[in-house]
Amino acid sequence: MNLRLALSLALASIWHRRGILALVTLTLTLSIVLLLGVQYLRTEVRQSFTSTISGTDLIVGARGGQLNLLLYSVFHLGNATNNIHWSTYEKLRQMDSVDWLVPLSLGDSYRGYRVVGTDSGFLKHYRHGNDRPLQLVSGDWFDDVFDVVLGANVAREFHHQLGEELVLAHGGGATSFLRHDQTPFRVSGILAPTGTPVDRAVYVSLEGLEAIHAGWESGVPRPGRTLSKDQARQLNLAPQAITAVLLGAERKVLTFRLQRQLNEYEDEPLTAILPGIALSELWRIMGQFERALLAITGFVVITSLVGLAAVLLTLQVHRQQEIAILRATGASPILIALLYVIECTALATLASLLAVLVGVALIAAAGPWLVDHYGLHLQLRPLDSSEWLMLAGVPLAAALVGLIPAVRAWWNSRRQHFGTTSTE
Amino acid sequence: MTHTSPSTTPPPSAIQCRGLTFHWNPQAPAIHYPDITLPQGHHLFLRGPSGSGKSTLLGLICGLSPLQQGQLTLLGQDARQLSRGRFDRLRADQLGVIFQQFNLVPYLSPLANTLLPCRLSARRRLRTAPSARKEAEALLEALTIPPRHWHHPINELSVGQQQRVAAARALIGSPGLILADEPTSALDTDNRDRFIQILLNQANARQTSVLFVSHDEALAQHFPNQLTLGAPQ
Repeated sequence: MNLRLALSLALASIWHRRGILALVTLTLTLSIVLLLGVQYLRTEVRQSFTSTISGTDLIVGARGGQLNLLLYSVFHLGNATNNIHWSTYEKLRQMDSVDWLVPLSLGDSYRGYRVVGTDSGFLKHYRHGNDRPLQLVSGDWFDDVFDVVLGANVAREFHHQLGEELVLAHGGGATSFLRHDQTPFRVSGILAPTGTPVDRAVYVSLEGLEAIHAGWESGVPRPGRTLSKDQARQLNLAPQAITAVLLGAERKVLTFRLQRQLNEYEDEPLTAILPGIALSELWRIMGQFERALLAITGFVVITSLVGLAAVLLTLQVHRQQEIAILRATGASPILIALLYVIECTALATLASLLAVLVGVALIAAAGPWLVDHYGLHLQLRPLDSSEWLMLAGVPLAAALVGLIPAVRAWWNSRRQHFGTTSTE
Repeated sequence: MTHTSPSTTPPPSAIQCRGLTFHWNPQAPAIHYPDITLPQGHHLFLRGPSGSGKSTLLGLICGLSPLQQGQLTLLGQDARQLSRGRFDRLRADQLGVIFQQFNLVPYLSPLANTLLPCRLSARRRLRTAPSARKEAEALLEALTIPPRHWHHPINELSVGQQQRVAAARALIGSPGLILADEPTSALDTDNRDRFIQILLNQANARQTSVLFVSHDEALAQHFPNQLTLGAPQ
């Protein structure tokens, strides 16, 4: 078998028909970009998701399910079944095995976004992604009782500037009828995008939350009992209870022991979870979706390959003359069939290479924009083994698909007659 | 003669056939061919009306159509003993073919078209002198294809030039036999006679036999050996 001849004939033939073949190759390229892109993003997004919160060893809340705790403390979804007493928080802080604690107090909202009561430890200890700390794009972390720090999405959506005053709403939901009108907050800082739920929350001090709820003990403002800002400042604003606690262990290796200790805490029923494990579990539940997406893009590639084979089959009609010449010159039917397999495979290989280039260009171009707008750190990295497999799978599948016109050409050229006007 | 024949023993007949018949399907009437003996190096003019089975005979001789009945010996080889694959190789090694029209692979240059048999067959390449490339260029020059066309797409060639490139491809590597199926039917009279003259001169220089099929009686004068096929029965 004259492989070199087949190769050079096939390439010359592709070049001869480059007009129409360029179009099918483009289709194939785009579908491979889609497939690779979905696979690439899948790993990146999973990576980004499972490190929504990093650096925190345990999340502690009232006794409840671990997913529930993760959802309300990190993703601000749903509500806590119960609060943690401030006294418990104080006691936890005394424990030798605890390095640091960040209190979280949830309940209020600002135009649909959660209000998180916390302290400066949140800025210091919260990490996301590959140990990235939070950063302020402007202003400072809150200092005053009535200061608020905005997550990136909140600031962008409502075009808030530093120094602006906002009124928080009581309870969750986008439209609350109960608003803390008397005690507006001043924007003291705006956080950089992180691609985590941090972007979709506003942060105030625990004291601030206490202050705006003075006179709201029954859940609604009692006429005459609510206070102005200045009055509120005079009160003892020590919080009574918080919703959850982020915890850093003194010694990481003892995290499991600490977790057990907290789960068996005697003074108050608590639940402590390892955020990494809980996030992975949550991703496993949502992972079905991304697998379905990948399967769909796989079908898109197969469709394009079938399209390629269809075009080659159509072109076959115009190639009888050339086949007749090759056969009469002594080319075997196998060589004729090989031409089609090589053409199909060569085009798919070209499409795969182009797809990688297009993908690199897209990521390079869109990367900074994604960080700015969505905090998604999409960086160029070498393809992993599963991506290489997919990329290599395309020319292989093309070789299989190329067998369709190849077998037909083989069969026809076995029955080739003399002359170039044959219509077989 | 600058080219030597492949072996020192007296060369066998280019074509020898006895009692060849062929039918396209069991219902169709069979075509009966006269017995042919064409000594190596001699040429044969084959005439006959349309439908008399001229192209079919060429198909049988070059192994594209399966032998049904009768005996065919091609350059000393019994066609019945040749498998399809062996026949493909024999064609690459020992045969040159010129069709009526559309003779060239559209995506190869005239030079690449001429060199095609040498790329399909190592034996063919080894018989070229001094090299495949040099012989191809010499042939194209002898067949008056201007060098500026050698590397350009073939659609820039006239029909007459395309037929001459086909002749160069058939002649390269000195095959034992060239089958020419009305190669001049698309050419004007001047071109036609010049084409045959060059083809036969080159074939003589290479000890190559030419089986020339045509219904053009004016061409018969170039051939001492002639044969007429009858009308279909």
